[in-house]
Amino acid sequence: MSDDITRMTAELAGDPASLVFIRLADALRRRGQLDAALTVAERGLARYPAVADAHDLVARIHADRGDGDRAFGAWTDALRVAPDHVGAHKGLAFLAFRVGDFTRCRRHLERARAVAPDDPQVAATMARLRGLEGDVEPQPMAAAPASPGRQASPAASVPVELPAPAPTDQATLLFDQQGRVLRGEARRPDGADASEVVAAALAGVSREVERAARLLGLGSWRAVAVEGGPVNYEIRGPTPETLLLLMRGREVPAGRLSRIADRAVVDARAWLEALA
Amino acid sequence: MQATAVLEEVVRVPGVRVALLASLDDGLVVAEASLEDADTSAAAALAARLVQRLRALTDAVAHPPLALVLVTASEGQLFAAPGGDGLVLIAVTRPDVNIGALRLALLDAAGRLA
Repeated sequence: MSDDITRMTAELAGDPASLVFIRLADALRRRGQLDAALTVAERGLARYPAVADAHDLVARIHADRGDGDRAFGAWTDALRVAPDHVGAHKGLAFLAFRVGDFTRCRRHLERARAVAPDDPQVAATMARLRGLEGDVEPQPMAAAPASPGRQASPAASVPVELPAPAPTDQATLLFDQQGRVLRGEARRPDGADASEVVAAALAGVSREVERAARLLGLGSWRAVAVEGGPVNYEIRGPTPETLLLLMRGREVPAGRLSRIADRAVVDARAWLEALA
Repeated sequence: MQATAVLEEVVRVPGVRVALLASLDDGLVVAEASLEDADTSAAAALAARLVQRLRALTDAVAHPPLALVLVTASEGQLFAAPGGDGLVLIAVTRPDVNIGALRLALLDAAGRLA
């Protein structure tokens, strides 16, 4: 890898117009040299603003740096150049998934699948999405590079992957007041399923919140937000008989998490009504 | 800094009705600052109990202990920030409080009381 980087660096120095900047920046990204990767990628992008792979790569670097907003912008730029860019659709699906916007996630995955029907990561993520939506058992989110799976382009030799999500720092879990899981899951950092433990721990907590709010003259409760270490939590009561827990990494600020929870409550109510 | 002085800084945030420090284990009031004649003992007991329940959540998912709890209700909010020595800092507010400002004030106060 180091030899490759040295060679590509020399090649780019000899020919600044070379598209090797994409493979060089991606190699640097994979080595964790994100600042250097971004510098190379942005310089190349300035020269080739019509190359969707360059936008895609810049987005991946931003995603690796934890800058979801810039990643979103770069992937959106990639789609302006190439509306069927599989990598951009996968990336935007990943960002949507991270913030719990499953509708948008599904839309991008379907666009990606239309172009790359055999992409195993897209298939795995679709399956996981269905699991979270209650259709099938949840499956692990694809996390490792599996196949290129994107449209051919002059720079398509760069290996790409759906950016690895961190499923253990996000959860959407619906359960009843008796602590029985209805939908979704929550996992510990080691990947162990904590859904039932969480549901049991929080069973009936809304009654305590309701009582506290009433006795303190606060009226009817709407939400409980919890900040703790690397994650934020939000608890809602979609119906009097159920509770909804959302957990997201700290890169999702509490205010945004509250808006995500608003949508999740609507989804949960619709799902519960469909069951009835 | 004395606990009461810290609480008085919290209660100066516009919209805060009551600020108090309570024991997390038994929910008893340790110190308080209030702009109105409120039942601080109830707030202390209820908030301490709620924090205990929510600690079970962070334990269940094996994440670090919670730093702040915010209950949003139609007529106001309840904030609770565990500090050191088994204490919890609590604020009861009107609905129009600046949540961001109070959050920072509470976390700062909880840190100073640790």
